[in-house]
Order: sequence, then C-alpha cells, then structure tokens
Amino acid sequence: MPDPSFDLSCPLPLRHDTIQMAHGGGGRIMRELLEQLMLPAFGNAALDARHDAAVLTLGGARVAFTTDTFVVQPRFFPGGDIGELAVYGTVNDLAMGGATPQFLSCAFILEEGYSLDELRRIVASMRAAADRCGVAIVTGDTKVVDKGHGDGLFINTAGIGLVSDGVDVAPRRVVPGDVVIVSGDLGRHGVAVMSVRDGLAFESPVQSDCAPVHGLVAALFAGGVDVHCLRDPTRGGLASVLNEIAADAKVAIEAVERDIPVDEGVAAACEILGLDPFYVACEGRMVAFVPADHAEKALALLRALPEGQGAAIIGQVKPGPAGAVMLRTRMGTQRLLDLLSGEQLPRIC
Amino acid sequence: MKFLDEYRDGEAARPFVEAIHRVVTRPWSLMEVCGGQTHSIVRFGIDELLPKDITLIHGPGCPVCVTPVELIDKALAIAAKPGVIFCSFGDMLRVPGSERDLLHVKSEGADVRIVYSPLDALTVAEENPEREVVFFAVGFETTAPSNAMVVSQAHKRGLKNFSILVSHVLVPPAMEAIMSSPRSKVNGFLAAGHVCAVMGTEEYIPLAAKYKVPIVVTAFEPLDLLQGILMCVTQLEEGRYEVENQYERLVRAEGNRPAQAMIREIFQVVRRTWRDIGPIANSGLGLRPEYAEFDAEKRFGVENVGGPESTECQSGLVLQGLLKPQECPAFGTRCTPEKPLGATMVSSEGACAAYYRYRRVMV
Repeated sequence: MPDPSFDLSCPLPLRHDTIQMAHGGGGRIMRELLEQLMLPAFGNAALDARHDAAVLTLGGARVAFTTDTFVVQPRFFPGGDIGELAVYGTVNDLAMGGATPQFLSCAFILEEGYSLDELRRIVASMRAAADRCGVAIVTGDTKVVDKGHGDGLFINTAGIGLVSDGVDVAPRRVVPGDVVIVSGDLGRHGVAVMSVRDGLAFESPVQSDCAPVHGLVAALFAGGVDVHCLRDPTRGGLASVLNEIAADAKVAIEAVERDIPVDEGVAAACEILGLDPFYVACEGRMVAFVPADHAEKALALLRALPEGQGAAIIGQVKPGPAGAVMLRTRMGTQRLLDLLSGEQLPRIC
Repeated sequence: MKFLDEYRDGEAARPFVEAIHRVVTRPWSLMEVCGGQTHSIVRFGIDELLPKDITLIHGPGCPVCVTPVELIDKALAIAAKPGVIFCSFGDMLRVPGSERDLLHVKSEGADVRIVYSPLDALTVAEENPEREVVFFAVGFETTAPSNAMVVSQAHKRGLKNFSILVSHVLVPPAMEAIMSSPRSKVNGFLAAGHVCAVMGTEEYIPLAAKYKVPIVVTAFEPLDLLQGILMCVTQLEEGRYEVENQYERLVRAEGNRPAQAMIREIFQVVRRTWRDIGPIANSGLGLRPEYAEFDAEKRFGVENVGGPESTECQSGLVLQGLLKPQECPAFGTRCTPEKPLGATMVSSEGACAAYYRYRRVMV
C-alpha cells in the first residue's frame, strides 16, 4: 500500500512497485528513482547540485563529502578486488568534486560463514590502496547478518577532503565551447568483471583499470588549468556521464567516435557479448570538461603521468539541443548517444 | 581490429555511396528482415548516406519483437513455478507479456538466468538434477541448429529435467506475407546474412521470381550494407529480380548442410503467430512428436495460457514496414524503452528502440 504522504509530481509515473535490477544500473530508471524519491525527500542545495561529491562549507573551509557502497561480484577480478575498489571509488569521487582526498570511513556488512581469509586479503588490499592514495581510514563499523541474508560481504566507504580556494568544479560551470577529455581507454573494468563472472574466459584477459585518479586532478590544478567539471565514468560508462552533465548543465555534447580510445581486447569482448564499450564501467578513468584554450595544456599534463598516458580529446560542448549527446560516427553520420534505461543486456542473435 | 574496423571505415565506404548515387534514377523502397541489420543501419546512419530516392523499410527481422504476447505469458507462468530454473538470452527478459515481463517475475523471487548459449542451460540442468530447467528457445533459423543440438544432447544423455519453450520463426514465409499484402511498398529485399549462412540462398529463388523482387543476401557492417544496397538497386534499375549474395565470405548457396540436418531431425515446420501481425501458416518451427518430452508447453501444461495483443501498440504496422516508428502516436510518449507497449521498443534490435535510442532528438 503506497504511503499517502508521497507526492510524486513527475509526469512519468514510476512503473514498478518493487525494486528492479535496473534501479541500480546507472541509467534512466535509476535516475528516475533518485529524482522521484530520494532527491525530493532529502531536498537541499548540496544534494541538488547532483555532483559525485557534495561540496559543503564547514567552519569557513570547503569540504567535499561523498559515499559509495561496493557489491561487486566476483570480489577478486583481473586487475583488482572489492577492497581496492572501495578505496579508489571514494577517493575518485572526492577528486571529482575538486577535493584533495584525506579521510575515509569504512563499514562492513558481513554474512555469517564468510571466509575470514578472504576478509584478511580484502582488508590488506584496502590498507595498501589507502597508502597509495595518501588517505587514512579513520573510522568504521562492522555488522554481521545471518547466513542466507547477506551474499558474503558488502563494503561502504565515505570520504572527506578539502577543496582549495579558487577551485570550483561542478556541472553548472560547463558551457558551450568547452572541450571534453578522457584520461584513458574505456570499458576495461566492466569487461574484466564480466569475463570472470559466468565463466566466460577470453584468450587475452582484460584487466580492470581499477586505480585512483586524484593525482591526475592535482596535476591539472597545479598546472593552472581552469577545470569546469570532472566525473568518473563508473556504472553506465562514458555515455551516462555525458548525458548526466548535458542534462544538469543544460547543454549539448558532441563526441567523435574515432577519437574515443577503446583497447582492442575490450572492443573485441564487447562485440562478442553485444555490449557497447561507451556504456561499460571504468574504475580508474575520469572525464574532464575544460575551456577550449586550456585543452592542449590539460592533455599534456595528463599524458605526463602513467595513469593518464592514454588521455584524449573526444568532443565538444555545444549550446543545444539541451541535454542531447550526439556521436559523430566513423561513417561520418550522426546519432544520439543516449542514456540506457537499465542494465545492458546481451544480444539474442 | 581485423574484420571490424575495415567494414566500418567511412573512407572505404565512399566509393559505394558514390556508386549508389550514380546508379539511382527513380524512387525505390528496400526492406531488410534482420534486427541486426536494422540496428546497424540506424546506429551508423546508413540511410543518411543514401540518395533521397531510396527508402529503407525495416521488416520483422527481430525474433524477440515477433514473439507473441501469449508466449511471453507462458514463459512467465513457467518461470514463476517453484523449483523451476528459467534460462533465456538477455533480450527476452524485458519483453512485456500481457502485463509483466521476466524481470518482474525474477524480482519476485523466480530463478531466471541469462545464458549466452543453450548449452549453458543444459549444464544448469545437469548440475541441478532435482530442479526443472527450461530454456526459452527464440529465434529465426540462425539459432535453430544450436537449439536443436541441445535437445538432441538432452535426449542422448537421458536428461529428465530439461525442456525448451519454443518460438522459432522462419524468414521466407514472413517475406511472402509482406509481399502478398496489397499495401506492400517493397521493391527489393536485403536478406538476413546469418539466416542464410545456415539455410542457404536457394529457398529465396522462387520468392524473387513470384513477386519479381531482387533479393540480396547481406551482412551487417556498414560497408556490407552499402554494397548490398548497391547490388539491389542496380538490379532494380536494370529490371532484374534475382537472388544475389553479398555475404560471400560466409554464405554458400547450399547453406550449412549439417546444421539443416540437425534442424530437420528435431524440429518440424508449424504455424506460428507473429506478434502484432497474426498467424502465418508454415512460418515457424516446433518440436517433432518424438521429442515432445522436451516441450516445456506440454510439460508444464501452459498450452492455454496467454493474453491478447495490445490494441494501442502498432508494432505490427512497424514490423511490416507500413509505419515508421516516429509516426506512431505513442512513440516516445506513452511508449519508451522504460515502459514499452510492444516488443519493437523493448528489444535492442527492434525498429522503435533503434529510432528512440539513436534518432529521438532528430526526428
């Protein structure tokens, strides 16, 4: 029985009365859930800015604050594990808010019967990742639920960091003429995870790109680049990021297909599985929006670092139609690069 | 990357595009009957490159789209039964039945699993001997050999807990149904490359002769489509109506004989209902009586389950090429991929979904 105090004013009614997998897919259906339920319920200016991290003023300082929960299966995959992901994911979200990541919290939900040995490995992994990022895990929580009620292990991390004076990174700063840059090739993480799930074995294994990107962000600021907006293409991939920014900033984005870097192995795996690499998750990449006259400098700064070697300019921001993301294809024609509605599903034939 | 980038190279496409522009002297309408080709045309904007005189019509080439509502309802009924493991290709999970889809049933606790091959479903059956395992066998002739193989294997291994829910459809009867409609505007066909890789090209010769339509067997990549279109339009301009093969690197005139033998061994031709089009005689495959024990419809007693088609959805007209997706009053408003009225909007290879996804802002 729906709560009568709910007032859903969105023109498209929620079509489901139970949670579907699509609600967690990073696509349109998830966005609808946030816009129709969480955002109206919690409504405040920081949340409404809809950025990866909330930037708050606390006693005169600007603090970025973010949280993320990690449920990836399998927990160990080529190129990383859930522990590393739990640290890098939150570090990266802070960096996307323009902050220097400093402190993390960590909460575990463990299922009765979960392997202590695996937990040790994951905790060690988290420590190593935190050290690599120069952050400390300063507080946490541990809960255990009965066997059958928890799927092994879920990890939540939250993080805070300071945003320096003069740094203002947000979708509203994106304007027509801005250049879109990605820090490296796309789709590795999603393919790496899919390749070990369901026992799909590729002859050339694809490694996840699981990595922190705050070093890249710091390099851009130190180099004097006026960064307008940053976002990491996790769930939903590059296309989802571009669509979110285009909608939030009320601009159009035109991307050029032949300029978007995708590794051959990833492209091949995506072709076999019927996935579009532009929608596949990355966990060690970022998308940056910078003014046109800073683009070449930004590119050079990124490429000077090992984790930014594959950086490339992939498109431009245009005035309209607002919210549209267009792709100039390899054939020279144009099409939409739309938000997916839910989870990508493999082809039938 | 080999065999991918070359076929999507805009520069290499240029000579084909120019040749098409030179050859065409009057309006022609071509239909493709393959969801993969529809998707490729819209995704790569092939129609944008063609002269205005050529109209591309998207035919009923997506087997997900033409699976009737009643069959989805049967799938839902079976999947909801306790102890059943229901295996399917991913695309079928979001196709709406009378009210719901397989993802809904999954979210209510049914064991619905995505598999990449019917042999995976067989493995699930062997690993779960105390559960009933059902595979949703949907597709054109392309997937029929592997589905036949899986029944053959189940029979040889004496599996008692495995069955398939069959919804196979055949392409030539669909093309015949389209051509025999007085409203048909089709002048020539691009035939489905992978269907022909299995079945060969010979069965299209009587169709081409009877309806005086050129039929060019075509692959899926942009260059293939452009070459297939060039071959088809050239025939039309020259007044010919033959069967030609653009997909020579994979398709032989006689097709794949062992695959055809496998199909004949397990399946027989039956009457099938096509979603939003209606029943077409001899247009589908069903299990032969000697393999009836593997027929999920019989095993679970769902022969009479199934609701009527939607009255608002105009998929049928879209599938026959009589309506463009964006001309449907529900397109993009009451019918979107999130809440689709019909399968052409749900399936990633359906015409409505392709237009919504790649063209929505431009139409």
